[in-house]
Amino acid sequence: MYKSKKWSRGIALGVAFGLAAAACGSDAPEFEAGALGAVEVKEGESIQIRSLEAISGDVAFLGIPNDRGTALAVEDYGQIKGFDVDVGTSLDDLCSADGGQAAAQTIAADEDVVGVIGTSCSGAATAAMPLISNAGMVMISPSNTSPALTSDLEGNKGSDYNVGYYRTAHNDLFQGRGAATFAFEELGLTTAAVIHDGDPYTNGLAQAFADAFEALGGTVTTFTAVNKGDTDMTPVLTEVGAESPELLFFPIFMPEGGFIAQQVAGVPGLENVQLMGADALLTDNFMELPESEGMYFSGPDLQYGSNKSTTGKSAEDFLAAYNAKYGEEPSAAFWAHAYDATVLLLTAIDNVAVESGGSLFIDRQALRDELNKVSGVPGITGSLSCDEFGDCGAQKIALILHENSGDIAASKENVVYSYAP
Amino acid sequence: MTATQRKPQKVWKTNNWVDLFLTAIRIGAMAFIGVGLLAFVLEQAGGEGLTGGAIRGLFVTGISQGAMYGLIALGYSMVYGVLGFINFAHGEVFMAGAMSGWITSTILFENGMWEGEAKFVLALLIVLVIAVIVSTLATILIERVAYRPLRESPRLIPLITSIGVSFFMQNAVLGLFGPASKTLPAPPPWMSAEYTFLRIEGTKILVLVIAAVSMAGLWVFVERTKTGKAMRAVAEDKEIAALMGIDVNRTIVTTFAVGGAMAGVAGVLWGLLFRGVSALTGFLPGIKAFTAAVIGGVGNLGGSMAGGLLLGLVESVAPLVILKPLGIPAVSQLKDAVAFAVLVLILLFKPTGLFGERLAAEDRA
Amino acid sequence: MSRSATDIDAKRSTYIGLIAGSTVVFMGLVGIGVGLNERMLIDPILSLGYLFVLTVPFVAGFVAANEVVLEGMEEPEKGSRDLLAGGIAGLAGGLVVGLFLVVLNRFDLSEWMPRWGDQLLDLFSFRQGVGLGIVISLVVGAVLGAFGGGIHVLKPEAKRLLTIVGVSVLTLAILEAVVDDFLGEIGLKSLARLLYASGGGLAFVPALIVVAIATALALGFKGKGTELKNQYDAMDEGEQKKYNTYMMFATIATAIILPIFLGKIVNELLANIGLFVLLALGLNIVVGRAGILDIGYVAFFAVGAYAMAVLTTPEAPWRLNDTFANTAFSWLPVLPWLVALPIVVVLTGFVGLLIGTPVIRMRGDYLAIVTLGFGEIIRLLFLSDWLSPTLGGSQGIRNIPGVDIGIAEVNGTDPRAVFWLVAVFVALAIYISHQLETSRIGRAWMAIREDEPVAEAMGINTVTTKLFAFVTGAVLASFSGAIFAAKVGSTFPNSFLLLVSIIILVVVIVGGMGNIPGVIVGAVVLIGILGGPKQPGLLAEFSEFKLLIYGALLVFMMLKRPEGLIPNAARTRELHLEEALQDAWLKGEKPGSDDDEAVATA
Repeated sequence: MYKSKKWSRGIALGVAFGLAAAACGSDAPEFEAGALGAVEVKEGESIQIRSLEAISGDVAFLGIPNDRGTALAVEDYGQIKGFDVDVGTSLDDLCSADGGQAAAQTIAADEDVVGVIGTSCSGAATAAMPLISNAGMVMISPSNTSPALTSDLEGNKGSDYNVGYYRTAHNDLFQGRGAATFAFEELGLTTAAVIHDGDPYTNGLAQAFADAFEALGGTVTTFTAVNKGDTDMTPVLTEVGAESPELLFFPIFMPEGGFIAQQVAGVPGLENVQLMGADALLTDNFMELPESEGMYFSGPDLQYGSNKSTTGKSAEDFLAAYNAKYGEEPSAAFWAHAYDATVLLLTAIDNVAVESGGSLFIDRQALRDELNKVSGVPGITGSLSCDEFGDCGAQKIALILHENSGDIAASKENVVYSYAP
Repeated sequence: MTATQRKPQKVWKTNNWVDLFLTAIRIGAMAFIGVGLLAFVLEQAGGEGLTGGAIRGLFVTGISQGAMYGLIALGYSMVYGVLGFINFAHGEVFMAGAMSGWITSTILFENGMWEGEAKFVLALLIVLVIAVIVSTLATILIERVAYRPLRESPRLIPLITSIGVSFFMQNAVLGLFGPASKTLPAPPPWMSAEYTFLRIEGTKILVLVIAAVSMAGLWVFVERTKTGKAMRAVAEDKEIAALMGIDVNRTIVTTFAVGGAMAGVAGVLWGLLFRGVSALTGFLPGIKAFTAAVIGGVGNLGGSMAGGLLLGLVESVAPLVILKPLGIPAVSQLKDAVAFAVLVLILLFKPTGLFGERLAAEDRA
Repeated sequence: MSRSATDIDAKRSTYIGLIAGSTVVFMGLVGIGVGLNERMLIDPILSLGYLFVLTVPFVAGFVAANEVVLEGMEEPEKGSRDLLAGGIAGLAGGLVVGLFLVVLNRFDLSEWMPRWGDQLLDLFSFRQGVGLGIVISLVVGAVLGAFGGGIHVLKPEAKRLLTIVGVSVLTLAILEAVVDDFLGEIGLKSLARLLYASGGGLAFVPALIVVAIATALALGFKGKGTELKNQYDAMDEGEQKKYNTYMMFATIATAIILPIFLGKIVNELLANIGLFVLLALGLNIVVGRAGILDIGYVAFFAVGAYAMAVLTTPEAPWRLNDTFANTAFSWLPVLPWLVALPIVVVLTGFVGLLIGTPVIRMRGDYLAIVTLGFGEIIRLLFLSDWLSPTLGGSQGIRNIPGVDIGIAEVNGTDPRAVFWLVAVFVALAIYISHQLETSRIGRAWMAIREDEPVAEAMGINTVTTKLFAFVTGAVLASFSGAIFAAKVGSTFPNSFLLLVSIIILVVVIVGGMGNIPGVIVGAVVLIGILGGPKQPGLLAEFSEFKLLIYGALLVFMMLKRPEGLIPNAARTRELHLEEALQDAWLKGEKPGSDDDEAVATA
């Protein structure tokens, strides 16, 4: 009897929760402006945007320069129609889906936020974007490269595409094609092995390279992977060496990339292999290794030269300002993309914002339409044009040859091939 | 109180299905390995597989990695033998040695001590001595702060504590020295040349020699010195050892210290071999080393070393020899999975490890 | 032997102070001071970084003055000696920090330690340069230490008042996001703006007002708490039961109603806490009840999430790839969440059985390492290229639909609904845990935990009993995983690191092993404030030091309070029985140990 009583209590409880859950509806803000509503910035208040990057953990080297790039761009841009722009406290995407979602929840909860610059990692964007999109906001990423977030470049929507998503970083497919074209056509190599490290980014890029290389007529002899934390690379290199490829493409991170470069020497079948890495290894602690000499690296074209953003700043100005403010060089390559993304967002806000009765109104749908129209806007990374799925980047891939581990700066400028379809 | 009286007797009757299930797993695993090996042999016979050079390379790298597992495993094994718990933080003690190796070798390199044969050997000795000191101090500190107050607690308590210590140390080093992986200076060119008829790289020979010397030193210490005798006595039975006039506390500290010293040596060898260390260096090797200790038989020093060599070898060879012939792609990704699978299999077939445990009476459950 | 007011143990105080000083230096070098300095607690005067740094000498003073009074010893007189002992400890700590300032200024070790530099110097010297900084650190150390020691001098009422005021100010400061969100949701945003400074942190004047209000309340309600407790104790058993039932319904009602008044941020936090409560309840059965130390528990969370993802996602990798294994199951329709749940539960339970059977007979510590191994094996399989045609590999499974409950779809965009969903399952898990605890099998678990061979001799089938606990734990984890998949909308292997297992273990242990309310409190406190493995807590600034703190907390709890925040009676008895035995042993053995040493050195 005692038991059955308890059971009924449990059931009653469940029903109560069910009803309560059902009663909860959505509570979207209602403004009369566009279909998605508008943000009203009252006199004396600031226009709210947010920065959502991987600012802690082992990917902080990527997220922190992005975050700072955004801060500097906001400073350079100045006021919009007499209103200040406020980035608020930087949010952390933790380079993961769950982290991205939690942070996006914080952003979406604040109805004053107009747009977001972020995320650093594609996995975080996958989970964050539905919330951002649902809240009527826009998000421009400086360093997401997964094709799934935008499109396959053939006009087919990616599986994770959400309206309101844009990015100034290149699409992995571009980089894959760029690296493959260089290897196959310029270097004349016909067999290649590919190693990734189980990171969504390196896996995606490795796959893009393999597909492009085979499409060009080359053969991918081995497509394999290591784990983060591995140190002994002999087994994986032996596996690769069994097929004696001419090229070994490993777009992975430190320290695993370093172990591969160091251990490749004694492995049978790889005596004459050409090594090629990607932007993830364009770091000082990898390029300082003597074994990294003679390697090619693919990555976004960092030769910004005299490119100027609409704020009038060039890469040189930016780096000077960065160094003055933070006392160091950026630790990863996407700061310029973050700067351009921020300027793109602020310009679009500037264009659609309407002053009325002392307040500033920013229509959310109009902002998206404005970003969709972006074409040929100058930025530090080059000319920016958004396609229908939010790829706005300059899409220029450069291949550099690393000749001297004692002079990394020279290597970074030693562009041997440029891919810009 | 004796273990034999407590042995369950009716398990076989009541848990028939469990035993059936375990037998099925045993047979399945053997079949899997057998088929994989067969496929490998067929592939080799067909002339498609690995070349002799490749196989030799896998063995050499496996054994040198295994030697380090073995050195770390000694620490686990000795502590388990004496106190009966897994000192999870032992991997972090190894990491501390490796980090100190990074700092001292970089300083010595910058001062030109990393060239020439005599200078290099001297520099290496300095690096080794400092790493041994750092690791030993670290392990003594851990024992004093975290384990000694828990000497008489239920056995899961110190185990959980050691997990906490491990996390704390890992993240403390991460915070102190930053997350980037540190690169050690490359050894002089004559070290990377290949020697002997097996064409083994100089660094790997060095690693094997130092590991062998340390192991021999430890053996002499445990078997031939008075302190070593005390350690064995305490491992056998703490109370009786105390009655015989042995200072149990001091002996336990010595056990930790000796294990720490071995981990310090392993840390330096790790740095020499892979030239990359970071705060996370200790974690996986630590777990693998414990695996090695269990495979060889906990408390059994020779067994631990052999277990380490075996694990290193299996990890290096098995993915390519068993998994790849079965058509599994990207087998190197599964290296760690293979190592843990080996642990499970060994415990399924021989619950006390390959060479048998040597534990205190109270721990032989 | 009488003890005068100035008769203090200066050596011990100095020793404590030196440890405290080294702790402060360590915190600085790890980055806790500078890293947390940006989060203001009370706007111009106190940041989170300084709170950490300044608490240390205070605690040192408190500990130094808190002398151990052994039996037969005269209770020392309270008074100036406490202040002095605390002050000495603080001064010694300040000395260490001062010396460190000199070293910091003199040498440059930034090549090795990234935190070494001017920022740290500014923090420790209060931006006053080295010379003045040393003086300040000595003075601040001594004063705070004396304050800490002075706590012992205070009357109990004053102590209570101070605690209440301190805790309420800090709580309000830490809960900034919650209070802000709550006030915004009930239309009092202006009050929130008044309370908190624009850059974060309680504004100074409101902080003073809070102090005043807290003081008034503390004085006004003095003794009311004990009164209530006495009333409760005075009730007979039936009345107590009735009272308990009322309290339970009140709690449930709060859980249902409260989220309505909370915004997205807090609901998201609550939903995440709920997911961890589920996991912790599951692990509590395995570790706390049956005494099986499973440190690969994340495996079941992962299997639950992936199973749900595979079954409910229309564009799951295995539907798009036509490998043999996939085509064999292609007849399987895309299932809604509620229909898939039973399958997920059965599947995870089966995996639990599969993992549990080989490990259950192993010794406790072997079992720990083997479960850890299984946890890694499962994650590596989810990550592998080998199974990626079915499970997505490193690209994970994306576009997982939410939970369709007829009227609406519950997914990550509406954290309030997710929280309610989680709450239903938490209630279910509590119910299951409670039923099992009080049942025959619960008593069997207890018997096994206390003495396995004896339990076996009493006719308990230890293998199946333990397996049952293992599988039940797996099932509870699968609930959490299933909701997680629908909530996040994607599953990636890097959400299921070993770290998750460890954090759940810490939650269970800090809360109180084997105790349902304890486990819930542990999850609320730890996940709520510090955050989960990939979920930010209220102190989001902690994310960098979260694991360091989790590690330290685990060690501290094991050493000082192994029974957890809210102890379980039986468990405490077990732990303290050992302790009592240990005390007895120590007392009996102590005099003899000196002789032992003499023999060993002879």
